[in-house]
Amino acid sequence: MKPPRRTNLPAKANAAAGMRRATALPPSFDGTARFTYDGSFDGLLCVLLACWESRRWPEAIQSEDVAQGGLFSETQFVPTDEARARRVWEGMLKYMPGEARTNLYKAFLSESPERELLIFRYVQLAIEAGGQDISENFGNDTVRAIADITKQMFREKHRMEAFVRFEKTHDGLFHATIEPDYDVLPLIAEHFTKRYADQRWLIFDRRRRYGLYYDLERTDIVSFDAEAGQAGSKSAVSAAVLDEREPLFQSLWQTYFDHVNIPERRNIKLHRRHMPKRYWKYLTEKQPRERHFRPIDNKQRPQQ
Amino acid sequence: MNERIQEKLSILADAAKYDASCSSSGGKRKNENRGLGNAEGMGICHSYTEDGRCVSLLKILLTNHCIFDCAYCVSRKSNDVKRAAFTVEEVVDLTMNFYRRNYIEGLFLSSGIFSSPDYTMERLVRICKKLRLEQKFNGYIHLKTIPGASEELIQEAGLYADRLSVNIELPSELSLKTLAPEKNYEEILTPMSQIQTKVAENREERELFRKVPQFAPAGQTTQLVVGASPETDHQIIKLADGLYKGYGLKRVYYSGYVPVSGDDRLPQVVQPPLMREHRLYQSDWLMRFYGFDADEILDPQHPHLDLEIDPKLAWALRNRHVFPVDVNTADYELILRVPGVGMKSAKRIVAARRFAPLTLDHLHKFGVVLRRARYFITCRGMALEKRDYDEQTVRRKILYGDGQTRSALVKRQLDLFAPEPTIIAPPDLVSPQLDLFRQAG
Repeated sequence: MKPPRRTNLPAKANAAAGMRRATALPPSFDGTARFTYDGSFDGLLCVLLACWESRRWPEAIQSEDVAQGGLFSETQFVPTDEARARRVWEGMLKYMPGEARTNLYKAFLSESPERELLIFRYVQLAIEAGGQDISENFGNDTVRAIADITKQMFREKHRMEAFVRFEKTHDGLFHATIEPDYDVLPLIAEHFTKRYADQRWLIFDRRRRYGLYYDLERTDIVSFDAEAGQAGSKSAVSAAVLDEREPLFQSLWQTYFDHVNIPERRNIKLHRRHMPKRYWKYLTEKQPRERHFRPIDNKQRPQQ
Repeated sequence: MNERIQEKLSILADAAKYDASCSSSGGKRKNENRGLGNAEGMGICHSYTEDGRCVSLLKILLTNHCIFDCAYCVSRKSNDVKRAAFTVEEVVDLTMNFYRRNYIEGLFLSSGIFSSPDYTMERLVRICKKLRLEQKFNGYIHLKTIPGASEELIQEAGLYADRLSVNIELPSELSLKTLAPEKNYEEILTPMSQIQTKVAENREERELFRKVPQFAPAGQTTQLVVGASPETDHQIIKLADGLYKGYGLKRVYYSGYVPVSGDDRLPQVVQPPLMREHRLYQSDWLMRFYGFDADEILDPQHPHLDLEIDPKLAWALRNRHVFPVDVNTADYELILRVPGVGMKSAKRIVAARRFAPLTLDHLHKFGVVLRRARYFITCRGMALEKRDYDEQTVRRKILYGDGQTRSALVKRQLDLFAPEPTIIAPPDLVSPQLDLFRQAG
């Protein structure tokens, strides 16, 4: 139902002017190449270093498992080397403040197919700017794209901080399953560690098949075998291992959710905008009701 | 036992839901005792009701028994509703267990007044104290202070709660007298200024001695019911302005009156005035984040908000002499006043133009709504509109587009379903405000 945007912009505005490399390469490059790497962030940092060392401007940077070769250009695989990655990571601070560097890491976690080239271009721009902070140069398409992705990542992280629903098992573990749009587990670890310091918890990303586990001392990344999360069911924990009071609190939460609603203000569109349907699968309040909802009659009819 | 607690929760959540506030931001309580919870960050909405409001806190009454008979309130003495009361332990147990499951940010506790204000307040404080001291709970607690409760109890409440609030409810003393005969402004404003003084004193003390415990670190708020009494919008925003400036309130909430009774002291409305409420929130935002003065938004000659257009556009149309402003040179404060430019795009404009002059294409990509802004800006000295339209024409073009008035009605139907991209809420306020704010979009 959205009416078309009425703007009189020239058509070329959409042609992503700055996204394409200008025909002339910057002076520190004398050719182009396609790069592949193992898909890790350290691996990507090594690719950046390889670009500068080989004086090759990357036409593509792709994880080796999804890489598609170019017909006429050479493809170079860059092995991951922790020491070289660290060199790049630390060296980046010469050209950008820590926050901008963190944003590049967040952009990497977005899993966007353009993330590698965006990150390369951003670092290259920062180097060319010679240490001037470019993070607010929103007129530049690369800078704006990074800012927009960072914002999307923030929103998804914030959603997960909101929509995680723990279930308590009989041995006192609080367990939750999520399927976020982006790989945000590394970004939410600190939040949950600070907040739930006195209970053991586990948050499992079913799509990416790994989780965060806090054992009252520290939070670690843990991975699971294929059978861990059963498909189709809301919880990865079967009802038999739940704490005896768990069903009570789930049901109380549903009762609360139903009764806090004001029917006169009903606005399902707004409801869905804030809580998109794809997240409902793991939300306790969106599961079928065991108890029938009986509204409280709080209205006195006019006495005539 | 389980049945009874279910029933209590349904009655006491239902009775508390007309309180608009659900914010959980502004706290500074860190989890330093390896207990449960952390309220130092921004607020989080854990869920949303089907009316689109944020669910951040477990918002309940301790009891809906009440000795008062306020006409607008579901829990008034003369209303024939089911009554219930939680025990102190039940509230503590619910809060802890909901929090542990990540359902909520904390507790919002209010109560009907039973026996006496002090008796009621003492119970509320006891719950807070138990949560903080016995359960090591560091989540968010918003406590309603009971009108007429003693200063000592309010002092104690502030030590355990993050936020305190006293609801004014009715925007004038006269309406309060008519609709809430047992209440008076003095009883509401006195605790408000006590809280303000204590917050200020506490801040000074903490600058000297860091060990001094905090007093209501997230400040105080209040709520005004809109549409149950005859005040104009101008009166309402003047009152809000006075509360922000005179009492240092963090938020004023506006709650469109939802008919909850057949009391003949009240207007018999069918639908709550959601659009009016929405426009009041927009005006509130203009005052708090956009540098507008209450008297710029409305004045005695224009006492009511325009329901068709947002208050910023209404102001811009009345003040054409301020425009056009040039996006490459104008101050941030002035750019913020352009219709179609929100805080985010204004910030981006001011930041980005340091690097290179901005073009129209940039503005579009920054999220500026050119459909509105085009009548009020120039870009590198160029206007977007060749002609200088009068106020009525601009208004019509923005509302109905360029077409003939013949198609205007059809367009208008479509517009009713379109989201209103007017003002963007600042990021520290993800809580109910944003949602309420978008309510009538």
